[in-house]
Amino acid sequence: MNNSLLIVILASAIFYGTPLLFAALGGVFTERSGVLNLGVEGMMLIGGVSAAWASQHVGGSAWFTVFASILIAMFAGGLTALLHAFLCVTLKANQTVAGLSITIFAGALGLSSYFANVWEVASSPVPRPIRKLDVLGLGDTPVLGPLLFNHTILTYVSWVLVAVSSFYLFRTKTGLQLRAVGESPQTADAMGISVVKYRYFHTILGGMLAGIGGAFYSLAIVSTWVDGLTKGAGWIAIALVIFGFWRPDLTLVGAYLFGALQSLGTTLKARSFHISGDLLDALPFIMTIIVLVLVSSRFAHKRLGAPAALGVPYEREER
Amino acid sequence: MKSPVRLERRLEQPKWLNWAIPLISLLAALAVGAIVLLLTGKNPLDVYHRIFERGFLSTRALTGTLRTATPFAFTGLCAAAAFRLGVINIGGEGQLYMGAIGASYAGLVMGDSYPVGIVIIAMVFAGMIFGGMYAGFVGLLRAQFNTNEIITSLMMNYIAGIILNYLIFNSLSYWRDPRSAGFPSGKPLEKRAFWPSYEIAGVGISFGLILATFVAVAVWVLYKRSRFGFEIGIIADSPRAARYIGIRTKTTIVLVTALSGALAGIGGASQVGDFTHNLDAKGLQLNNFGYTGIVVAALARLNPLGAIVVAILLGGLTNAGYSLQGPDFPSGLVGTLQGLILFTAVAGEILMKYRVKRNTAAKKAMVAS
Repeated sequence: MNNSLLIVILASAIFYGTPLLFAALGGVFTERSGVLNLGVEGMMLIGGVSAAWASQHVGGSAWFTVFASILIAMFAGGLTALLHAFLCVTLKANQTVAGLSITIFAGALGLSSYFANVWEVASSPVPRPIRKLDVLGLGDTPVLGPLLFNHTILTYVSWVLVAVSSFYLFRTKTGLQLRAVGESPQTADAMGISVVKYRYFHTILGGMLAGIGGAFYSLAIVSTWVDGLTKGAGWIAIALVIFGFWRPDLTLVGAYLFGALQSLGTTLKARSFHISGDLLDALPFIMTIIVLVLVSSRFAHKRLGAPAALGVPYEREER
Repeated sequence: MKSPVRLERRLEQPKWLNWAIPLISLLAALAVGAIVLLLTGKNPLDVYHRIFERGFLSTRALTGTLRTATPFAFTGLCAAAAFRLGVINIGGEGQLYMGAIGASYAGLVMGDSYPVGIVIIAMVFAGMIFGGMYAGFVGLLRAQFNTNEIITSLMMNYIAGIILNYLIFNSLSYWRDPRSAGFPSGKPLEKRAFWPSYEIAGVGISFGLILATFVAVAVWVLYKRSRFGFEIGIIADSPRAARYIGIRTKTTIVLVTALSGALAGIGGASQVGDFTHNLDAKGLQLNNFGYTGIVVAALARLNPLGAIVVAILLGGLTNAGYSLQGPDFPSGLVGTLQGLILFTAVAGEILMKYRVKRNTAAKKAMVAS
C-alpha cells in the first residue's frame, strides 16, 4: 500500500518541496515588504555550504549538530540578504540587477563554491544528515504514515511556519504594517512606520529562510556538498511566490506541486519506467513557464495580490 | 541627522561619470574581494598580481584573454540590447547554447561542399536565428501575456542545457559523433567551417571578437542613431507614453528580445566556429557565459562599445582564473569577483543619481534658521 506509486510520489513531493517551501516563504515576506529578491539561489547555496561545513565541524550530539548547522545556514543566508537589503533599501539600487549580483556573487560558480574549496567541504559526505522521523511510531500506517508521520523535522517546522506566517501577515498589526509598506510606502511612512526597518528586517528574514532551504539540500536531499546543488531551486522558489499569490498557504500547495515534479525523475527511474530522463529533468522548468503564463494572462497582476510597490525603491519626497 | 554624509540629487549628470563610475566600481570590487581573500587566509595583493600577470602581461596570456572575452562580448551585447528596453533577458546563456546548436548544424551540413565564406556566413546566421527565436519566445510571452521575462528566460537556460545534453549524451542525434561511443562528443566540423584567426604582435585574435566589435558598432548605431532606437528609448522611459504616440510597443519588445538573443546566438556560433569546432555540450555549460554577460553589460552601463572593452577586462580575469586554478587559487574565486563587480556596479549607480556631500553644510543651515 505504502509502496504504491501515488503514495511514493506524494511523499517525495513533500520531501523535495520542503526546501522550495522555505525559500518561497522567505520570498513572500521579502516581496510583501516591497523588495524583489532575485538573489534567492545565491542565498540558498551560501546556506547550503555553511550547513555542510557546520555539520562537519560542530561536535556534540546528532541533534545538536543538525540544529547548529541549520542555525548557521540561517545566519549565512541572512548575512547575504543583508547585502541585498543594503543595495535595495539604503542605496536604492535597481532591485533586479541587485538580486542578480547576489546570485552571481554567492552562486554556483561564486562564493559558495569558493568556500567549499577553501574549507574542503566537498571532500566527504555530511556526517550528520537530517533524517526522516517516525513520528509516534505511525510511519508505517497505511497512506497517512508516509504522508504525515514520516518526514524530517524541517518539514514539520515548515508546516508550523506556514500557519504562523499566515497569522502574522493577515492577523497581526505588524503584518498589516508590513503589507502597507509593500503596497504604499508613502502612506506607511506618513503613518509613522519605518519603511527602512521593515524592508531590512523582512529581506533578512527571507534570506534566513532561503538559507534553511539550502541547508535542506546539503543536509537531507543530497547529503553532501556539490557545487550548485540547488540546480535552480531558488529561481523556482521566486516563481512560487507569484503562483502562491503572495500567500503562505497557497505557496505550500505550489511548493509540493513542484516538489513532485522535481522528484518524478528519481521516482520513476527507480521503478524502471521507460521515460526520457531529460524530459523529466526539464519538466519543472517547463511547468514554471507554463504556470507563469497562465497566472499572468488570466488576471491582472494587481488582482492577484502583488504588492503594488514591489521592486520600487522608496525615496522620501525631498524638500 | 547624525550621518556624516548626505546625498544630494544631481540635477544633471556630467559625462565623465560614464567612465569614472565603472572604474570606481571595479576598484571597490577589488577592495571588497581583498577582504574575502584576507578572511580566508590569502594574500590579496599576491592574488591580484598573479591575476594581472596571467591575464594581461604576456602575448600568451593576452591570446587566452581575448579568446575568453569573445563569448563575453556577445552575451554582454545581448544583455545590454535587452536591458536598454527594460526587458531583463537573463537568458543569454541558453540563447548562446541554441546559437551553438544552430551554427554547428549549418557547419556540419554545409562544411564539405560550400565555399569557406558562405559556410561562415551561414553559421553566423544559423546562430542568430536559433538564438533569436529562442529569445523571441520569451519576448512574445512578455509582450502578449505580460509574463515575467526574468524567470522565463532563466528557466529557458536550464532547458537549453538539457537540450544540449540530450543531443550529445543521451541520443544518437545528428550532432553527436558516431565514433565517440565511450565518451560521447560532438561530430567534428570540416576544416572549411573553421573560422579564421589573426595574429597581431604575437597575440591571436579570433574572427569572432572582430565580428563582435562590428556588431557592437551596429548595435550602437541602431540604438543611438535610428528611429527604432529612439522608440526603444521612449518605451524604456515610459511605456504608456510610447503607446499614446502610436509606437507598437508589443512588436518592439518581441523584436528587441529576439535581437538580443540573436547576439548571444552569434556568441554560440563563434564558440563552435572559432574554438571547439564541434558542439561541445560540456564545455559550453562550464563557463557561465550568460551571467558574465550581465556583469559586462552592467559595468559598461549598457553601452555596446563599452561592452567590448569590459568583456576583455573580464576575459582577462576569467582566463587568469583558468590558468591559476589549483589549491592556491580555488575555483569559485573568479565568480565571486565577477559577482562583486556587478554588486559594486549596481551600487555605483547611486553616484550617478546623487552627489555625496559632507553633512556640515546642513548643520550650519539648521543653526542659522
